[in-house]
Amino acid sequence: MSRLTIELPGLSLKNPVMPASGCFGFGREYSKFYNLEKLGAIMVKATTQEPRFGNPTPRVAETSSGMLNAIGLQNPGLDNVLQSELPWLSQYDVPVIANVAGSTIEDYIAVSEKISKAENVHALELNISCPNVKEGGLAFGTVAETAYEVTKEVKKVSRVPVYVKLSPNVTDIVSIAKAVEKAGADGLTMINTLLGMRIDLKTGKPILANGAGGLSGPAIKPVAIRMIHQVSQEVSIPIIGMGGIQSAEDVVEYFLAGASAVAVGTANFVDPFCCPTIIEDLPPLLDELGVNHINELIGRSWKNEWTLQSSSR
Amino acid sequence: MKQLKTELVNQRKIAASIYEAVLYHESIDDQFKPGQFVHVKAGAGSDPLLRRPISICHVDPEEHLLTMIYRAEGKGTNLLKNEVPGAVIDILGPLGNGFPVDEVKSGQKAVLVGGGIGVPPLYYLSEKLRERGVAVHHVNGFQSKESVFYENEFKELGPLTITTADGSYGESGFVTSQLDLSFDYLFACGPSPMLQALEAYRSKGKVYLSLEQRMGCGIGACLACVCHVHGSDLAYRKVCSDGPVFEAGEVVL
Repeated sequence: MSRLTIELPGLSLKNPVMPASGCFGFGREYSKFYNLEKLGAIMVKATTQEPRFGNPTPRVAETSSGMLNAIGLQNPGLDNVLQSELPWLSQYDVPVIANVAGSTIEDYIAVSEKISKAENVHALELNISCPNVKEGGLAFGTVAETAYEVTKEVKKVSRVPVYVKLSPNVTDIVSIAKAVEKAGADGLTMINTLLGMRIDLKTGKPILANGAGGLSGPAIKPVAIRMIHQVSQEVSIPIIGMGGIQSAEDVVEYFLAGASAVAVGTANFVDPFCCPTIIEDLPPLLDELGVNHINELIGRSWKNEWTLQSSSR
Repeated sequence: MKQLKTELVNQRKIAASIYEAVLYHESIDDQFKPGQFVHVKAGAGSDPLLRRPISICHVDPEEHLLTMIYRAEGKGTNLLKNEVPGAVIDILGPLGNGFPVDEVKSGQKAVLVGGGIGVPPLYYLSEKLRERGVAVHHVNGFQSKESVFYENEFKELGPLTITTADGSYGESGFVTSQLDLSFDYLFACGPSPMLQALEAYRSKGKVYLSLEQRMGCGIGACLACVCHVHGSDLAYRKVCSDGPVFEAGEVVL
């Protein structure tokens, strides 16, 4: 499987496929289906300083080829994650990317400092793009100055490389990406969910108790592909791409757009085996495309000197 | 829990918008317990995207058959109702924790209360309680005469009272108007207002309620279907993996 290895800041990935934060808990549930060591890495559920219950239910609503969620960063809090969840996960030889969230810059600093010291945490993912909380979250990720500020402060205290998770709910994602790169981010993860809403015909009110929620699933893939295509040409730090990935073909599309690794989110809910299935499907697809190593695909959609063998078919 | 590509053996409409589907897979056995559910993929595409949680109505472990009853209401269940015998139906299951059948002793009395599409899991529960020598009484509530199903099937297991909200069949009104019964155990599945009303019966015996909630993954990972625990702002239970059956009083309905 050496054709799938990817080297990123803090991460030596045996393959470029990892479950996305918020779609995999801390791995316990999926460990009943398969050995988590098959995964390139694991992005665990967002962690805040204090435990959070999250939003009232209903928290999910379906849309065409997608779903809306408004979980609201429910998590057991930093202490529990450090004492229980991460040690449990350390039985598996797989790098963990800890997703860090908060309401204030101080929250991000405090959580980042402590969680980055955990032995199996190889990188942080700064969640400045959650659309479902009143304070913090999205507010940090939609203004270049605050995105810069929080990234810079976290970089000062983190013992591992810092990836910043970008929101698609912005006018100019490139300016945000450049701001966090300038602040010292080691990489980007993109995209978080798109703000959306569904209304129940019977009640006349939004289905989600929170009103709006984050849209994920195959419906948002073209948006993510476009944004990665755009951002990857403007920054020099690597991108972990996410948004609606369901198959090995989707992974290749993300690489062509400019991603160096991918995360699978909503698809885990539909098919618990989707990550290992995608990983198994990649080598034959590379054969079909005449590609030796998956890293040859990164950014090929905008690097003009190269075309896929099969594109002439 | 497993992911099974089952074969649809039979499917029929048994009441207004209500369908009974029988699935076959060699892995279907008595590990599928009353009160548990299966998470069903409707259609092969991504619309609808998520699985539909459907309760288990009956299991034949020798023939490896599972019966489920659902209401064709949304996009997914309307796709499902058009599947014909021989179709492959992708299910995850068995999921969740069911009713505490083993706790009920021979000779004890159980009242099973179902509302609408909450009725099917009680059929399987009743079968299992009967096997243990438990006296079972059923109270099943429906909207109207057209939505009544499994009347004869339940009658074979024990006394049955049917209520309809519009009074077009059986007793008029809600199930709670027909619960002047003594019991050791009360088991219920149905809409939230019904379950909330049944919490009051805790003073008369043990009460277990099966909850319904919009779900994402069905296995406890996504935290879509959580409910509060009484007396705490932070403690929670996941309906899909801690439930869907809870003892009355454990969680906030």
